Amino acid sequence: MSEEAMATSNEAELLETSEGHELGFIRKYVFSTDHKVIGIQYWFTAGVMGLVGALLAGLIRMQLTWPTTPFPFLEKIFPVAYAGGFMSPEFYTSLVTMHGTIMIFFFVSLGLVAGFGNYLIPLMVGARDMAFPALNMLSYWTVVPAILIAGASFFVEGGAAASGWTAYPPLSAVPSASPGSGTGQTLWLISVALFIVSFTMGGLNYVTTIFNLRAKGMSLMRMPLTIWSLLIASIIGLLAFPPLTAAAILLLLDRHFGTSFYLPEGLYIAGELIPNGGGSPLLWQHLFWFLGHPEVYVLILPALGITFEVLVPFARRPAFGYRTTVWCLVAIAGLSMVVWGHHMFTSGMNPLVGEFFSIGTLLITIPSTVIGVNMIATLWGGKLRLTTAAMFAIGTICFFGVGGFGGLFLGNAAADIQLHDTAFVVGHFHFMIGGVTFLGLLAGSYYWFPKMFGRVLNETLGKLHFWLTVVPFYGVFGTMHFYGLAGAPRRYYNLTQYGYLDSVNGWMPLVTTSFAAAMVVGQCFFLLNLTKTFLGKRNADNNPWEATTLEWAAASPPPHGNWGPEAPVVHRGPYEYGNSDADEDYVHQCVPPERVIALS
Amino acid sequence: MSSHSAEALTSDATFLGMSWRKTMMWVFIITDGLLFAGFLASYGFARAAAPEWPDAHEVFHLWFISLMTFVLISSSATMATAVAAAKRGDHATVKKMILATIVGGTVFLGMQAVEWNALFAQSVTLSSNPWGVAAFGNYFFTITGFHGTHVLSGVIILAVVWLKARSGRANAEGVEMAGLYWHFVDLVWVFVFTLFYLI
Repeated sequence: MSEEAMATSNEAELLETSEGHELGFIRKYVFSTDHKVIGIQYWFTAGVMGLVGALLAGLIRMQLTWPTTPFPFLEKIFPVAYAGGFMSPEFYTSLVTMHGTIMIFFFVSLGLVAGFGNYLIPLMVGARDMAFPALNMLSYWTVVPAILIAGASFFVEGGAAASGWTAYPPLSAVPSASPGSGTGQTLWLISVALFIVSFTMGGLNYVTTIFNLRAKGMSLMRMPLTIWSLLIASIIGLLAFPPLTAAAILLLLDRHFGTSFYLPEGLYIAGELIPNGGGSPLLWQHLFWFLGHPEVYVLILPALGITFEVLVPFARRPAFGYRTTVWCLVAIAGLSMVVWGHHMFTSGMNPLVGEFFSIGTLLITIPSTVIGVNMIATLWGGKLRLTTAAMFAIGTICFFGVGGFGGLFLGNAAADIQLHDTAFVVGHFHFMIGGVTFLGLLAGSYYWFPKMFGRVLNETLGKLHFWLTVVPFYGVFGTMHFYGLAGAPRRYYNLTQYGYLDSVNGWMPLVTTSFAAAMVVGQCFFLLNLTKTFLGKRNADNNPWEATTLEWAAASPPPHGNWGPEAPVVHRGPYEYGNSDADEDYVHQCVPPERVIALS
Repeated sequence: MSSHSAEALTSDATFLGMSWRKTMMWVFIITDGLLFAGFLASYGFARAAAPEWPDAHEVFHLWFISLMTFVLISSSATMATAVAAAKRGDHATVKKMILATIVGGTVFLGMQAVEWNALFAQSVTLSSNPWGVAAFGNYFFTITGFHGTHVLSGVIILAVVWLKARSGRANAEGVEMAGLYWHFVDLVWVFVFTLFYLI
């Protein structure tokens, strides 16, 4: 069958299902190949995993704040991990590991990249579905077992993996190294491997859809910034994940087949000399961070793209410096592939190599700052409409600034050697990979909710949610910066025994935990808002925010096949606002030039 | 926003003149190439750090490996002939040449099995070897094993294409995509051959 005939038959099938025969419940909502359903499945899955990750964070906070207070009620729930009412150190390291793993892979990646990526890419480029819908469905149903396996690892002997989300060997390579290094670590590796497979299938789909299925007239430089950011994020993800796959395969061989890729000679574990030798644990760190650092940008870039997308219609101005932003996104992506060593300044790295990685890292601040300034300049002189979505987008800019400022200290090798593995680092990356992405996710959720579900979220509850997220966030992670400057190491389950921390131990952890509790309250308003809105009537028209991009030309929610019988044709750039010739202050991407003149 | 013209029912956007299926194949090949890049870079790292390394001339029968390499490279030539024939619509040649490629791949796999067996006989295994350089066996068997698995999946893909061609259901693009994968697998072998046997 020729290419065109195939595409046409796909179209025909989509049209048929959108008009005529209904699919059964299972095909429509469970094993669906519709990109919108898959996007929403990811969005919900990410939400649930975010709650699980937050629960683990809550246990971590309780331990750090009251390390010497017994919690008998927790002993009833976790009889082994809380024997005698006190958390065991092994359980703490498992919590830290799984909190990081869940939040990075199963919350932010799923919500931002997989959720919004799937939902938005076909709608915003004017396609009827992804290039390969079946692969798309498969990618979701590969992530589900990954999540189940990660969850199940808590219940095996020795508990879940305890070597951190970075899984450094030898802790992760020798099954007898710690209780979590046994079955828990194996399950962790399987879970992450499944995630990588799923992410690769998704990335293949995003890249080919964006390159090949754009609507007529949708040139690359007419694509919304969200699509640009998702495209670039997918490309760096596709480049960075395979070396991690290679690394994980070598780790599995070390664990189960007697190889010594990561194991040096003369290593004693539990008083016994292990027979391996000749390998290097640093090899894992290089391979891991070759993925790990770009992965940060895989998550941050879509958050930045979404921030632009949300800011523009509420500032009623075109995105400032569209082309500059695109090239800055490309520059960040390129630089992100060559700075992985800044995670390893304390590994005995040659200072000259350290200098290389420092300079590369500090260079990233240039395109990042340009993007931040472009965001602020977009607001400058705009007719601001301060909806909840807009406020979350503005919050994203703030977090991006604060997080980036902390990054200046950590990117500099000389300062990093002092701050490495302290709470400062924890505070920093929670602003970036935690805060920017979380707020970006929420900004996007408030903004596209009417498109996804045909309902507008409640603004009053939304604003409560906003203030109770952003202010406590500064409280939690701002305080952590200072706790780290005072010398508090990360990943330690009890810091009371370090005398030099006495002056801060009494109040800093308590302040952090109190703000964290406030943030939990804030998220309850979001859950309440969701429940209330879902129970309420459909109240969204096709374009409630008076925005210009393609998805707002579809119905809310869009039908199967997205566009009805006629696919959209694009006549202009994505952000044409403030046009004084027309009687509206915006011109949608689909409006042909002759109609703009007719309107004026 | 309702007055769109009906001209764009089918998307005509392409990337560098390629269909989305071929784009996807290229993206996949790049990611798969990076997997091998990860392995080979690790191998380079380990070998540079190792105080000693077994001499390739003592460990391997280089004439045998050269023959293996010749077989695999020749199969790339037959594959290229098949792709060209598919573009011309010469179905008889397509079937013949794909079959020749499958034979080439299978012979390569068989020779690899013979080579591995000879090494096992000298007690060179994944985890240990007589020279006491664990990294040698670690990397050699992992990387050639991974490459062999790729050749095997290539043979399976080609077998599917051949069956389709026999019943007249193969199209030129399908043959070309299988060819892209096959050339990629051969190219990886060129690196493996250079880095393990020649250097």
